[in-house]
Amino acid sequence: MTDKHQQHDTPVPGESADNALLTISDLHARVQDKEILKGLNLVVQPGEVHAIMGPNGAGKSTLGNALAGHPKVEVTHGEVLFRGRDLLQLSPEERAGEGLFLAFQYPVEIPGVNNMYFLRTALNAQRKYRGEPELDAAQFLQLVKEKMKDLDMPEDLLRRPVNEGFSGGEKKRNEIFQMSVLEPKLAILDETDSGLDIDALKAVAEGVNKMRSDDRSFIVITHYQRLLDYIRPDVVHVLADGRIVRSGGPELAQELEKTGYGWLDESAS
Amino acid sequence: MNKETTMESPSSDKLARQDAAVQKRVQSGYKEGFYTDIESDSLPPGLNEDVIRAISAKKKEPEWLLQWRLDAYRKWLKMEHPNWAKLDIPPIDFQAISYFSAPKSSVNAPKSLDEVDPKLIETYDKLGVPLHERERLAGVAVDVVFDSVSVATTFKEQLEKVGVIFCSFSEAVQNHPELVREHLGTVVPAADNFYAALNAAVFSDGSFVYIPKGVSCPMELSTYFRINAFNTGQFERTLVIAEEGSQVSYLEGCTAPMRDENQLHAAVVELIAKDYAKIKYSTVQNWYPGDEKGQGGIFNFVTKRGACNGFRSKISWTQVETGSAITWKYPSCILRGDESVGEFYSVALTNNYQQADTGTKMIHLGKNTKSTIVSKGISAGKSQNTYRGLVRMSRRATGARNHTQCDSLLIGKQCGAHTFPYIESTNPTAQIEHEATTTKISEEQLFYCQQRGISEEDAVSMIVDGFCKEVFRELPMEFAVEAKALLDISLEGAVG
Repeated sequence: MTDKHQQHDTPVPGESADNALLTISDLHARVQDKEILKGLNLVVQPGEVHAIMGPNGAGKSTLGNALAGHPKVEVTHGEVLFRGRDLLQLSPEERAGEGLFLAFQYPVEIPGVNNMYFLRTALNAQRKYRGEPELDAAQFLQLVKEKMKDLDMPEDLLRRPVNEGFSGGEKKRNEIFQMSVLEPKLAILDETDSGLDIDALKAVAEGVNKMRSDDRSFIVITHYQRLLDYIRPDVVHVLADGRIVRSGGPELAQELEKTGYGWLDESAS
Repeated sequence: MNKETTMESPSSDKLARQDAAVQKRVQSGYKEGFYTDIESDSLPPGLNEDVIRAISAKKKEPEWLLQWRLDAYRKWLKMEHPNWAKLDIPPIDFQAISYFSAPKSSVNAPKSLDEVDPKLIETYDKLGVPLHERERLAGVAVDVVFDSVSVATTFKEQLEKVGVIFCSFSEAVQNHPELVREHLGTVVPAADNFYAALNAAVFSDGSFVYIPKGVSCPMELSTYFRINAFNTGQFERTLVIAEEGSQVSYLEGCTAPMRDENQLHAAVVELIAKDYAKIKYSTVQNWYPGDEKGQGGIFNFVTKRGACNGFRSKISWTQVETGSAITWKYPSCILRGDESVGEFYSVALTNNYQQADTGTKMIHLGKNTKSTIVSKGISAGKSQNTYRGLVRMSRRATGARNHTQCDSLLIGKQCGAHTFPYIESTNPTAQIEHEATTTKISEEQLFYCQQRGISEEDAVSMIVDGFCKEVFRELPMEFAVEAKALLDISLEGAVG
């Protein structure tokens, strides 16, 4: 069995943990009395893209939900520092205001609420939280038009109710679109590739790549290596049974593609 | 067909808090005309024929109207209190009510806004009610509210130019007795039901609207602008007559809550649309719902019915019901004219211990008549919210069509939503469609909004607004904005 409190070696040299965007220490969390995360450690520096891979049921989505503050995930132990603040003490909307974004695996439909209105409310709520002036309708429209052009999003998407009647691909692209408008410091992409055909996958990856910058980090949660052909990670982690059991460079993803996750069972036994 | 769908959960939930502890009050400083006589007195509690004669005499009514009242009263005596609704109505002592209370004079009224319940002021703040309107709504004793009177006067002049009559019911009885006599009770007969009969016997006042042939009323008619609007009391009676080819939009109520000391309200509204006439009747009802423990609140037992008597006539009801402890109300359309159209758009919100049993009746008599029903029920707290609707296709109603959409939204785990659609069809060519959904605001929806930075309260408000969209867009613009604000206030503390 792998060391319980394994720290991965960050491949960016010379950066101390003090400057880290996100530091997760010994995180334990459960969902409905079942312990899912069992001592997870992770450090993400500004500008880094981390991929979290692993078999189904390893706790990948729970990690994303725990960071975003999902009410069904109960953190029982550990500490999470985000931009120097104790993340676990913040409400989900405060975490969003601090710059944490979760692209949902299953984006929720909100009937009757149009996408444009939803997004403007969200952006202004975050701006208000940060003490920035709110955008009026005209300013917002201009911002959104630029982003839509960048991402080559269909015009009618804004006028449609949030995710209602969207195809799987449209929902995922809408998540990326929201991310581009909200401009988070840390974006967690929870299996954004699942259920996407290759064109949609490329579109999503392109959206993410356009947003990569020195002060924005990504945690890309995925079951398959496929997405990582288009979003090249700095670090790849393998999550199994609630812990990170292995970390490495992009080559680790290639290796997993060949070997699968079967070796985890062998090393565990 | 009579089908019930019910969703209820007994498990406990955070108790809802409600701050709309607000009351409406029938009060006005208007002391002109024959009201001066009655200003000083009111009748002692109790109901008998002498009381009815006294009311009629005070209003200087013609004999036929007195007889109409008495006839209604005699029938009412033999009627039983309706108990078929899914409502828990405490016994009402009809002998304990004063059936004629003169407009409240300045004596008991608050002298300034400082004396008004702070919660009422808080609600005005949230709704953005202009300062000069607050005094009027809160029933502050000002001699004459100059703004509203002058507005009303200008308003009246404009209407007179095109021949529209818009006045209090009492004035109409004095000035247009032939119009009143011809139409009164033709849609809601004097003894139609228990509360309609009570209203017929003792109604105090109300509104009268007459739109002459071919006239499109140049502005929306609102009780808000009618002098004496707040004098109408607990037994209000409204009659709207739209002559051939005319059009009118009527707004009833006011989104801002008003003080009210009457617990029982039993209003009657009759609409008559002749050939090609169109009537749009919008209501926002925000009476005191009682406190968070279910104490107090208005009982609102209303009979509203419109008759599409003419060819291609149209009557459209839109209602946003958020107030009252108990609501019992079924605005209906009798589609008598061929190709006539009836519509019912409703948002009914209940919170805390409120109960609402509301819906509509679409009675298709004419050929190719068409009706649309869109009902949105929102239940929060420990409230019970019922949709009850009848669609009847008569034998003559060849080619008639109805579409009903009936959606319920539950907030929390202790409320109930119920749907009772009644469908009766004796014409094989009639088409009837009924869609119904019951949904809850899910944890996932709230979390999704919160993850984007939106607070839980704002998320609930946004989801509810989205749920009501189809109804809100039927409301006149400024009403729609206020209705949304009103829902937010009524829902405060429903989640959290």
